[in-house]
Order: sequence, then C-alpha cells, then structure tokens
Amino acid sequence: MSYLDTLLFGVYPYLAGTIFLIGSLIRFDRDQFTWKAHSSQMLSNKNMRLASNLFHVGIILLFFGHFFGMLTPPEILHALGVSAGAKQVLAVVAGSIFGLMCFAGLTMLVKRRLTDPRIRATSSKMDIFILLLLYVQLILGLLTVPLSLMHLDGHNMLLLMQWARNVVTLDPMEAVAAIGPIGFLFKLHMVLGMTVFLVFPFSRLVHIWSAPVTYPARPYQVVRQR
Amino acid sequence: MSHFLDRLNFFKKVTDTFSGDHGIVTNEDRGWEDAYRARWQHDKIVRSTHGVNCTGSCSWKIYVKNGLVTWETQQTDYPRTRDDLPNHEPRGCQRGASYSWYLYSANRVKYPMIRGKLLKLWRDALSLKKDPVDAWAFIVEDPAKSAEYKTQRGLGGFVRATWEEVNPLIAAANVYTAKQYGPDRIYGFSPIPAMSMVSYAAGSRYLSLIGGACGSFYDWYCDLPPASPMIWGEQTDVPESADWYNSTFLMMWGSNVPQTRTPDAHFMTEVRYKGTKTVVVCPDYSEASKFADIWLHPKQGTDAAVAMAMGHVILREFHLDGKSEYFNQYVRETTDFPYLVMLDARADGSYVNSRFLRASDLSDSAGQANNPEWKTLAFDEKSGNLIVPNGSIGFRWGEKDGMVGKWNLEPKEALSGAETQLRLSVNEIRDQVVPVAFPYFGSTQHPHFACTSHDEIQVRNVPAKKVRLANGSEALVATVYDLTLAQYGLDRGLGGDNVAKTYDDDVPYTPAWQEKITGVPRAQIITVARQFAENADKTHGKSMIIIGAAMNHWYHMDMNYRGVINMLMMCGCVGQSGGGWAHYVGQEKLRPQTGWTALAFALDWHRPPRHMNSTSFFYIHSSQWRHEKVTMTEILSPLVDPQQWQGTQIDYNVRSARMGWLPTAPHFDANPLQLVKDAEAAGQAPAAYLAEKLKAGKVNFAFEDPDNPVNFPRNMFVWRSNLLGSSGKGHEYFLKYLLGTTHGVQGKDLGEEGGEKPLEVKWREAAHGKLDLLVTLDFRMSTTCMYSDIVLPTATWYEKNDLNTSDMHPFIHPLSAAVDPAWESRTDWDIFKGLAKTFSEVCVGHLGVEKDLIALPTHHDTPTELAMPDVKDWKRGECDLIPGKTAPSLIVVERDYPNTYKKFTSVGPLLDKLGNGGKGIGWNTEHEVEALATLNYTVQEEGVSKGRPCINSDIDAAEMIMMLAPETNGHVAVKAWAALGKITGRDHTHLALPKEHEKIRYRDIQAQPRKIISSPTWSGLEDEKVSYNAGYTNVHELIPWRTVTGRQQFYQDHLWMLGFGEAMCAYRPPIDMKTVEPIIGQRPNGNKEIVLNFITPHQKWGIHSTYTDNLIMLTLSRGGPIIWISEVDARTAGIVDNDWIEAYNVNGAIAARAVVSQRVPEGMSMMYHAQEKIVNTPGSEITGTRGGIHNSVTRTVLKPTHMIGSYAQQSYGFNYYGTVGANRDEFIIVRKMAKVDWLDGEVSAETTTAEAH
Repeated sequence: MSYLDTLLFGVYPYLAGTIFLIGSLIRFDRDQFTWKAHSSQMLSNKNMRLASNLFHVGIILLFFGHFFGMLTPPEILHALGVSAGAKQVLAVVAGSIFGLMCFAGLTMLVKRRLTDPRIRATSSKMDIFILLLLYVQLILGLLTVPLSLMHLDGHNMLLLMQWARNVVTLDPMEAVAAIGPIGFLFKLHMVLGMTVFLVFPFSRLVHIWSAPVTYPARPYQVVRQR
Repeated sequence: MSHFLDRLNFFKKVTDTFSGDHGIVTNEDRGWEDAYRARWQHDKIVRSTHGVNCTGSCSWKIYVKNGLVTWETQQTDYPRTRDDLPNHEPRGCQRGASYSWYLYSANRVKYPMIRGKLLKLWRDALSLKKDPVDAWAFIVEDPAKSAEYKTQRGLGGFVRATWEEVNPLIAAANVYTAKQYGPDRIYGFSPIPAMSMVSYAAGSRYLSLIGGACGSFYDWYCDLPPASPMIWGEQTDVPESADWYNSTFLMMWGSNVPQTRTPDAHFMTEVRYKGTKTVVVCPDYSEASKFADIWLHPKQGTDAAVAMAMGHVILREFHLDGKSEYFNQYVRETTDFPYLVMLDARADGSYVNSRFLRASDLSDSAGQANNPEWKTLAFDEKSGNLIVPNGSIGFRWGEKDGMVGKWNLEPKEALSGAETQLRLSVNEIRDQVVPVAFPYFGSTQHPHFACTSHDEIQVRNVPAKKVRLANGSEALVATVYDLTLAQYGLDRGLGGDNVAKTYDDDVPYTPAWQEKITGVPRAQIITVARQFAENADKTHGKSMIIIGAAMNHWYHMDMNYRGVINMLMMCGCVGQSGGGWAHYVGQEKLRPQTGWTALAFALDWHRPPRHMNSTSFFYIHSSQWRHEKVTMTEILSPLVDPQQWQGTQIDYNVRSARMGWLPTAPHFDANPLQLVKDAEAAGQAPAAYLAEKLKAGKVNFAFEDPDNPVNFPRNMFVWRSNLLGSSGKGHEYFLKYLLGTTHGVQGKDLGEEGGEKPLEVKWREAAHGKLDLLVTLDFRMSTTCMYSDIVLPTATWYEKNDLNTSDMHPFIHPLSAAVDPAWESRTDWDIFKGLAKTFSEVCVGHLGVEKDLIALPTHHDTPTELAMPDVKDWKRGECDLIPGKTAPSLIVVERDYPNTYKKFTSVGPLLDKLGNGGKGIGWNTEHEVEALATLNYTVQEEGVSKGRPCINSDIDAAEMIMMLAPETNGHVAVKAWAALGKITGRDHTHLALPKEHEKIRYRDIQAQPRKIISSPTWSGLEDEKVSYNAGYTNVHELIPWRTVTGRQQFYQDHLWMLGFGEAMCAYRPPIDMKTVEPIIGQRPNGNKEIVLNFITPHQKWGIHSTYTDNLIMLTLSRGGPIIWISEVDARTAGIVDNDWIEAYNVNGAIAARAVVSQRVPEGMSMMYHAQEKIVNTPGSEITGTRGGIHNSVTRTVLKPTHMIGSYAQQSYGFNYYGTVGANRDEFIIVRKMAKVDWLDGEVSAETTTAEAH
C-alpha cells in the first residue's frame, strides 16, 4: 500500500466529491446565469446532430454502466445468477459499443471545437479543457478493454467494485487496500474520472444536474403560482 | 434565500391540478424571472434624435441604465395632425434603431488622436521654438518635415493625445496661417445645419470670428436643385409629408420613398386607400416601384425626355385646346407665361429668342424711374396696352413714396393700379409670324445613350408683335407661352416645320419621339400626362410629384427638374395643398434659420461672414480641373458662335468670381490682413486700393493660380461630415493633390496628355499636399478621420443638446444629452469653445486687432441681386471695376483676435444695432436680445463682452436660436410678416398673430416636439387649415416669387442661359465624361471587362452620413461594399452573385462584391453611396492600394449656368445657388477580380513614400 494510493484512492475521492457537490451548490445559488449547457449549435450546426447525439447517447449509457456496474452489490448479481465473468463480458461488450459510439461523437466534437473558427473563437479555456479531458478519459477507458479481455474471470472487476463500495460506505482504508493490485491504466482512468468530478462545478458540465428528465412526461399546461 | 433550498419542495411542488389533471399549478421559485424584468428596466428615458442627413428628424426615446445608453425606441407623442389626416407616428427606421451601437462600439473615437509622426515633429519643434506658432512654422515651412506626416495620411499611425496638447497645435496652425497667408486660407466643411444646428454653429462661429471660410454643402452634395432657384428664386421649399395625404394623383419620380423616407412613407401608402393613383418613374425595380399603379422605367438619365413629352400632351390638350379654365387662369397670374421676350434677328433670316423686354427698353422707361432694367412687361387684355405689372424684382428694392408696396402678385398695372388681365399669347394681336430657331440637343452622339437624327437647330414659326423701343427701333416680341408652345413642338396652325400635329409625329418632344430615347411606350406617356392634368384640373392642383436626388445628380439636372416642374406649373399644382413639387433631398429645411445665422456666422459681432461654395472650392483645390476632359463647347447652344464662348470650366468659374457672381476662398494671391495694411500705408481706402491693384494685375484672384503655394487652402476643419468617405467627388484627386498621399488616380493631367487648357488660369507643375492641417471631429473612426492629421472625439447624438428640423414634418425637435460624452469626448460646442480659448491665448504676439478684407459676391435677396442686368467683364475692358457692381464687394471687417473666446461665448452688439433678418426682410431684435440676457444671464467679466448675454453652453446657444427666430418666437414672426408687408403693400401679420405670444424654449421641445410658427422665411404655412406646402403663400397671399418677373419662370433670360441653350427646358442627353476609353483593355487580369453607367443611390442600410460601418446594419446586408448589376451584364462578364469585382476608370478604382439582381436594368450599375472603405474592403488590382469609396471613380464637373450671378434669382446664395457636384454621367469598367488581396502585410516606410508620388 503506497502513500500515493492512499492519497489518490483514499483521500482524493472525498476531495473531488466534496468539491463536486459543494461547488455545484454554490454555483447554482450564486451564479444562476452561468448554469447552462452553453450550446454552440447556433454558431455552427454542421454535423452537429450526428456528433452530439453519438456523444451524448454514448456517454450517458457509459455513465449508467459504470454507476450500476460499480455500485450494484455482488450479492445481488449472485442472487440473480450472474457470474462475475459473465458480468465482465457484459461490461466489456456494452462498454465497447457505447465507448466507440462516444469516441466517434467526441472525435467530431473535438475537431469541431478546435478547428471551426467561430467555435474556437467563442470557446473558453475550460470548454476546451473539459472536452479534451473527457476525450482522454474515454480513450483510457477504451484502452482498458483489451486488458480486461486478457483475464475474463472478473477478479479485477470485483476489486474495483470493492473499492467503489468502500468509498461510498466511507471506508477509505479498505478501499485503498482493494485497489492495490489493480493495473496502472485502470488507476489512471480512475484518477482522471475523479478529476472530472473535481472540475465539474467549474465547467459547462453543470448542465447535467438540470437534465430535463421529467420533461417528456410533463402535463400539458404548467401554471406557476404567484 | 437559496435557489437550491427553494427547490427542495418536490412534494409540495404541485399545489393544484386542473382540466382533469392535464394542467398543474406549481409552487416553484420565480426569482429567475426578475432577470428578464431587469433586462427591460431602465433609469430614465431622454428624448433625442439622429443628426443625419436623412430628413427623418424622428422622435426617439433613449433609454439609460446604470449611466449607459442601452437602446432606443420610437416616440409616439407627436402633436396631432388635423382631423382629416392620419397621425405622424410611429416614425423611425431600422437605421436609427441601431444607432446606440455606436456609443460603446470599437469604432468610437474615445480620445483626441494625432498621427504619431506629426506629434513627434510637434514635440521636437516645441522644444526648439517654445512659442507654438513659431513651432508650427518650423514644421510646415520645411518641405521635408511636412512631407513626413502628409504622406502618411490614410495609412494609420494614430496615437492618443490630450486636449491640452492638440488644442495649442490646432490654434497655432490657425494663427500662423492667418498671419502668414490670410484667414481665408482656413476652411471649414460641415453639412446640413438642420440636423444639429448648435454643433454646426459651434464650428462656423469659431471660423467666422477668426475670418475662416465656411464651405457650403447642399450644392456640393448635388442635392441643391438649381432648377428651383431658377424657377422660383427659392433654394428648395417642399410640402411636408402629411400633405401627400391631400394629393389625389401622386407621382414618385426617381424617389424611393419606402426605402429612403421610411418614417413618412405611411402617408403615401395610406392615401392610396383613399383612392389616390400612384405612378412611379424609376429605371430600376425599386421598393417604390412596387407601390405603383403605373410604373414607367425610362433609360436612366433621360427623364427630361419623358417630362417634355408629357408636357407636350398637357399643353396640347389642356392649354392649346383650352380644356382647363383653371390652368389658364393659374399660368396667367402666377407664371411668366404672359411676359414678353425679345426676338433677335439671325443672319439667315430666322430669329432667336433673347432676354425679357424691360421697362428700360421703352421710351421714358415706361414711367419707371427705379430699376427699369428689372421690370418686365406684358400686354393687358383689358386695356390692350403694353404694361408694367406689379411684382417684378425691380419693385422689391429701392422704391420710394407711392411706388413702395408694388412688389406683389395683384393683377394690377404698377403705375396706375388699374386691374389687368395679362395676355397669354400675342397670337391674336400678332403683327407677323416669324421663324424662330431653337436649339435641339437630342441628336448629340453618345457611346451609351440613344440619339435621334433631328437637326440640332429646329426652326419653328412663332407669332410676334412689334414694339417700339426707346432708341426708336422696332423690336419683335413674343410671350413666354408662345415660345414654350414652339419649344415643345406643338403645331398651332402657324405653318412651318418641326411641329407635331399628332402624338405619333416623329418631331422632338412628342410621345412618339421619346420612345427611342427613353424606351417608354408612347401610350403610357399619354395616359399618365392626361390623367395627371385631368386630376389637377378637377381638384385645382392636387397632382403631386415626389422627387429624390436621383435625377438631380446628372450633369443636366436642370433639364430633368425643369421638365417636371413645368408640368406642375402648367397644371396649376404649385402652391396648392396636395399638389406641387415634393423634392426631398437632404435635411435642407433649417426652420429657425434666421435665428440660427446670427449665432452660426457670428453676425452679432462681425458682418459679413466669409462663405464659399464648396463645389468650386474642391474642384479647384483638389486639382480636378487639371484632368478636365469635358469641354464647354460640347454643351454650348448650336445657336451661338463658339469663338465667343471660349474657355474651360475653371475659366468660367474664374470669370464668374471676378464679376462678383461666385465667392472665392482664398480670395487673392495676397493676405487680406496685409492688403488693408498696405492700403492704409498708401493712404487709400482699402476697396479702392485693391480695385486698382486688381485692374493693374498686381493682385490676382487665387483661383487664377491654384498651384501657387500662396494660394493653397492651408487648414481645414471637417465636422459632422464624412467628406472623404462619402461626399468627396473625385475622392482620389483629393488624396493626390489636396492631401498629398497614396491615391488611385489613373489618368494623366492635361499637361502630360494634352487637351484644352484653361485660358484664365496659370498652368504650372501640380502641387501635392496643399493642406497643412486637416482636423476632423467625429465620434466614429470614419474614412475622413483616417485621412486626417488630428481627430477630435465628439459627443454622439445622445450626448449633446441641440436642435433638429426637417422638411418632412413641421416640428422642431431636440437632441438631448441622455448621458455625458463618453471617454474623453466633448460636444462640438465645447470643442470649438475650447479652441477659441486656446486661439485667444496663442495668438497674442502674432495677431492683435486686425483689419480683414472680405471679397463678397453679390447676393440673392439683397439689393446687389440687381447688380448686372447685362453681362460685363471688367477684365475684358467691357466696364470699369466697381466693387459690389461689376466685381465682388470689398468690405473691411475688424477682428479682435485675442478676444475671440469672449466673443464666442457672448451675444454681440450688432444684433441690437443692425437688427436681424433673412431672405431680404429685416427687423429690429432688441427685445429678443434683452430677453436672452434674462434667460442666459449676462457676462460679468471685464472686456468686450461685459454685460452681453452669455452663450456658454449648448443649451444657451439653442435658446439664442429659438429666441431670435420667427419660427419659434411669435413676436418675431409678427415683426417679420409686418416687415414683408411693407415691401408687398399687403398685410400678412394675420398669419402669425394667433401665435404672437408663443415662445418655444429648449425645455419645451424636450417635453414634446413643437410645431413651428408660420414665418415669411418660408413659402408655406403651419396652419390649422392646410398642411405645409411650398409656394402656398405666393399663390394665396400674393407674395411674389423672388425672380425677375416675380412669377414662376418657365423662361430663363440670362445671357449665359441663352448661350448654353437653356432658356427653356429641353432634353439634354448625359455628357460623355471620357473616363473609360483610355483604360479599357489596357490592364487585363484575364477576366472580361464590361462598361456600365455608375449610379449612386441611397442605401437601405444607412442614409447619407448614416454610416455603413454599423455592424448591425452590415450584418443585415453583405457586410461590406457592394455594387448592384443586372443579370444580363453579369452573365456577359462571367460574374455571379457575391463575386469580388472591381469597378474602375481613369479616376480610380473600387473593390466590392457584386449583387446580381433583376432589379437593375441592363447597362447600369448601382453602388449605394457612402459605403466606407474601412470595413471589408480588399486591395484593388488596378491601383495597388486599397479599393476606394464610391467617389473613387467619379470626378466632379461644373456647369457655367450655375455660376451666373448678380441676376435676381440667379444670384449667389450660400447653399442656395452655385455650382453643384454632379456625378451620374460617369461610366465604369466592371470585371471580376482575379486575386483578392487584403493588403494585410506590414508596409515599409520606403514604399509608402514612394507610392505617394
């Protein structure tokens, strides 16, 4: 157990999580007018429908894949009769499909943001940074796929799930212990993932909080009380 | 408290449902909505308007929030119109609504700017010389030093400066110039006082106090229609737009009403619902054309042919065939139709019409002792006698005792007062029928315009009557009516050739004849003319013609306009509500004019001021005359001997100036301050001394040697204007000669290329960079600013207090300071006030109390308008040089230079002593000066101004204008009408008495625009009964037009009018400018070259000096310079829409995008004028420098008939009569650009200097 592991996988998750939550709260309260997706579709619509949809569908499903994959207790999987190996295969297959979708979309978006003069001129440094961060993170995630294919027993995956579970149950030392044997690439992916949470409140990602999930089921007429 | 906590109400969010749960009532936080409310909240609203030459004068609400102007919206609180008229509002257009952009835009001039090279020279010179005036001399008298900054003009290099540094520089330049060369070498150009009167007055007051010359603009813009002063003796007077609604037959002739008169266009569309017919005459399918019931589209530039053919129909059916009793009576009483013109015998036995028969021609001068040369005659039907009727110009001036008060239009014989009925034609009492020769110009060959094959001399039979003259001889006379019928080619049964029996005859001026020239089918001409006249007959004159600048920008604009006005006069439309000539070109109506002139030209301290007609000034000083290819023999009448009419345009101008017709600036090749000193040293009166020197040729007019350095205009101020980005015809010549910098002139001058050189002007090597200092005041970095040496940041239209009036509506409107001038900017008033202060300090030791000699031309509306009944040139020995008679008046004015500032800021004593007035009427104004003293307080400081009313602020200045003007002060109006009544012998005071106690103050108009009070300065009334309509008081109050006969004149009898064949209206084809042939095919770039006529109309995205660098407007259009061409021409040249094209000729080149449109007829191109070259303009392949403005391919040409002076209505007046800057006869070569070069690279110092030479 190295000190670095403790810092990155025992302390950093809480640091990032705290900044993520409190930062979002403060920004929501203090800076309502910056709470937006900041879409640039008005400035350049070329290829946007394809790129944006690929990216968004891919990343949303990746997010839920990670969320449920990491935090579903193995007991439940076991009760359902899903073996660790089978789950890993499912994760690898689903992750690859959505990862590649997201990769295609994100590649187009990165190119657009860096080369379209109107988009480039109206981009903030954070806009470019967050996009490249997601891009690197996605590539790292995709690079783990061949590694996973080398050992299909699901052991590694269980360790990662263990780590996630320990983190959310506020047992950081156990979490650090679980992460020890995991490969470098996975660790890098995790650290970057936490960094996404860290910078989240300072970027346009805040729009995720306000995803209009109930919008499709809204009543015909909404009247606000005085 | 917290947005987040407030949202934690998931379970209470829905408080109710309705419509069967299809709707919900929620309890969400609504704080966010405040942001949208705050978006439209503001701290205050201030009334202002836009000081552009757009005639709108619209009332706007300016919104201010947190000390910044945020936006503007249209005001809707105009005083109501009359019961049966629609209201004025809303007024305002997209151009005005985008104005607030300028205040905080990148284009805003925020600090005084000076070219770095000049600042360095100035600082170095100051460190050596200490005294600023000596320092300035040190720079400008050193050719190397002055070239250093002059050649950099237009090439950037500005640095920020402070007011404390630039003011002494400018003042020193002015002091040095006045001292060394003369104050008449300081020139000021600012247009259209009506758009911001106080701002104009600020600069002109400063210049007038130091003796600088103020340049005219209306003529230079070619917005002045010389036809108007010729016919009516009136600069321009037109109906207000509400009067369109009174019309029952509305023609829009070359006026694009919905596009260029946007706020007023609703009256035109509304009256169509009342059943008024609309006819549009316009070569392109303009926005106006689509409103037309009938759209005539003659070939551009041939409008006079259309008008002549229509006149032919009207004369035939409604005059000769006697269809209209109303027309008959109208032309008899209000036009010169009955007046007698002498017929001179020609060598071949035919005759030619010459001047009016005058009382002085008859024995005993027909009993007229006073001004018999200026009293015209007619036959009276009642008595059968040859009589002198009331009202000719001779009765206006110098009458005594019983003859006073005969200057009116009462149908009376002047001596006896007997009632008369003037005889229209001498046909019934003729002694014989004589062949009279008329000039015909329609057969002149032109490479791009059709001509006919008729003889250039058309001999037609005219009835004539014999009259015995004082010298015993007999003269033949005919009436103007008789001559007009012959001129229009009507067969009256008198036999002879060249007259038409039917409309289908191919004789000049029939509907059939014009088809070949204009392309309009004859049936359309007949229909429109007939309906136009029939309507006017039935309604007593409610046929109206709205005209824009278009037709007036042709070299022979007089013919276009006179043709149209003739139709109106023949049909009794002028001076009738709902009828007449509605010419809207520029915001020329300075309603409180007589109150303003005192302030603007410092008439309260010195009289007269120094004025100059800018067209001649710029033509001469930008050396456009050196490239003149249009000879005057080309446009002479075929009836005169060319040997008697030698000379080029500048020769005619020089002759005109020395005979006292047109003004001069500079006056002479000597300093006027020095001339008085020399005269005093010689012990002679200055006028006599100078007259002697002029006769001896010891002193000469500056125009006779423009390239001599002693005759350069040295300093120039430009304010409220974009002279070099817009109105400067011959732009590239300005750059080459006046400024001495990089230019695009492609042609060679007469010295290099040969051609007719001037006779009266010394030819020497061309001078470059004549101006030592060009100072521009603006709030935006315009093209003119880019070429200036110093740019002073001025207040925008939302940052100053000022006055604004228009001819389109009868209100006086304020500009108000919604916010203080931003950054370091100052109001124009404060800028010139500051300059006056610095000047007063800097001049000490150089200029003290000095005597200045002003050469003043004879003026319209003064007794000197009668100076020269027959043309006599002293220099040719035809008469003696008599100042004020055969030459300019030479008047000494004492200037107290160190007291310039004190005079600037106070109302001077001459108003109390000499009174105030205008247009030939004067009145006492002591009471108004007293009232001003109470209102503005008086100066307490010791000195010349002690005890005088203050004019410290712009509001003080506005109050001075409004206090002194009859239009805004009822007492003055009554006085003015009474003063006029003395001359006309009629009581007019009833027109103003109901408003006698009304005084409009500046704060009143800030509360609401106010309708002005009727005044004799104008020929219409502000009344509860009629809308304002020009000529109304002439027709209904019997006030004469200020012409030779006192009537509206179909006939112009000045010798020069006869010489150039324009005694009567004729069709004259456009002139050949010869600017394409020398260069076509010479500089190939691989693309096809086509030749197109170059038309420069008003644009949609900016009007006049509304600016084309407004990004909001540019976004709505193409974002940069554009030229419209037709689909056919585009196909020929292989151009598709939005291609980069180049338009060029020997004058220079333009780079622009092509707009290919069905709107444009073949053979014509349109470039909206005043498109800046500072936005999105690439380099030109032809010139190698940046593409120019629309005037880069033009060069101005002068017309001698506009130089006539000392002849009643054809006398000079500032912005009133004089040469005009025509530019529509120009042709360009258009081709697609091969390479678009943005010239973005660094320019090395060597190349810039090299290019400049």
